[in-house]
Amino acid sequence: MSKSKKITTPLTDEVIDSLQAGDMVEITGVVYTARDAAHKRLLEDYEAGKELPFDLKGQIIYYVGPCPAKPGQALGSCGPTTSFRMDAYTPAVLKLGLKGMIGKGQREKEVIEAMIENKAVYFAAIGGAAAIISKSVKKADVIAYEDLGTEAIRRLEVENFPCIVVIDARGNDLYETGPAKYAR
Amino acid sequence: MKEVHVSEIIDAVEKLCLKAAYDLPKDVEDCIAACSGQEESEFGKYIFDQILENIKYSRENDVPLCQDTGAAVFFIELGQDVHITGGSLEDAINEGVRRGYDKGYLRKSMVIDPVFNRKNTGDNTPAIIHVFVVPGSNLKITILPKGGGSENMGRLAMLKPSDGLAGVKKFVVDTVKIAGGNPCPPVVVGVGIGGTMEKTTLLAKKALARKIGEPNSNPQYAQLEKELLEEINNTGIGPQGIGGRITALAVHIEYFPAHITALPVAVNLNCHAARHAEVVL
Repeated sequence: MSKSKKITTPLTDEVIDSLQAGDMVEITGVVYTARDAAHKRLLEDYEAGKELPFDLKGQIIYYVGPCPAKPGQALGSCGPTTSFRMDAYTPAVLKLGLKGMIGKGQREKEVIEAMIENKAVYFAAIGGAAAIISKSVKKADVIAYEDLGTEAIRRLEVENFPCIVVIDARGNDLYETGPAKYAR
Repeated sequence: MKEVHVSEIIDAVEKLCLKAAYDLPKDVEDCIAACSGQEESEFGKYIFDQILENIKYSRENDVPLCQDTGAAVFFIELGQDVHITGGSLEDAINEGVRRGYDKGYLRKSMVIDPVFNRKNTGDNTPAIIHVFVVPGSNLKITILPKGGGSENMGRLAMLKPSDGLAGVKKFVVDTVKIAGGNPCPPVVVGVGIGGTMEKTTLLAKKALARKIGEPNSNPQYAQLEKELLEEINNTGIGPQGIGGRITALAVHIEYFPAHITALPVAVNLNCHAARHAEVVL
């Protein structure tokens, strides 16, 4: 396991090129939350020619539906949700300029192909370590689709959010190579 | 005949919701710690460390272990000599859930209709309630908050009797393989075998409420649990699905007699945050 690389958002092509499946990173900057319900609405808004709630270019979407914040917290527990539910929408948002995704679990072939084509990277946060992940979140604001509750789009300011590069922009996939090393 | 007023049930359920969300049972924590020592992969060791730190932090700070505080699944053992007064059992449980999920800053994760109206109900109701009438005058309430990530990876098979033991094993191991990193491994694998379609699924869920790692009291099924755990851990899927020695913490099987034509098998997966809490009124 490599020493953690510190990266900031928005992601540049240079940073994306430098990341390899199996790298540990600490992310600092702005990330946006969206799950399947928000992806669906985002793409419907785009199709309808409406202005999107944020410019996707160079940004990272974190697949998370957080708990409400307790007094004194910026955000409640906020671990990653399962990414494959977003697979149907991901190639379209990558085309709009999205460069990074944080979630958990393997992705469809079509998503990995779209990541290579659009030069994007997929990070995993640790599913179920949600309480300690919330310590990385310094500020959280709902910026769109408030009626979706926990599934609304939030703008998060994160500091040193620990993640693992699981699929890089060349299509190397830790969900394939990792288990193969330990299978008996 | 013992009388239990619904207000007691509401209070008890409210407390259970919070306890389950914040405080992972010691048996699960101890099992995770023990498995952590057997992990060989560097990522796996790191992930186990983070999981253990998260358990401690949640308990000490009264915050949810996982943001997915689940569908509120209840197993109720209702003594046949108990008389509930002041309202209905179902309403009382739902009111306890409503209060617990609000006061505890827990996530509300239920939508009104699965197909035609996926709008959040706003209070995490309705709860999923399974009631069993048992002898005696106790009312035992067990909550098993169930996260969507692991629940979505469950599977049911109506096997043929000729598929036999090999068919059962293959179906269970394949389910874990297909799930990969999605259900937040290391997982607890709940298996139901026998009964009818709905019975076997319920058995699989019930298996998850067992004290972790406690073998089935039938030695043949205890042996099968052991063999399945070994095969599952030989897949190499590992913590979070990125490779390692420990894919499952435990396999729990519950079984029931079956129809002459049938060999139903259900697998219900639980994530490492295998939350449950119980109280007896």
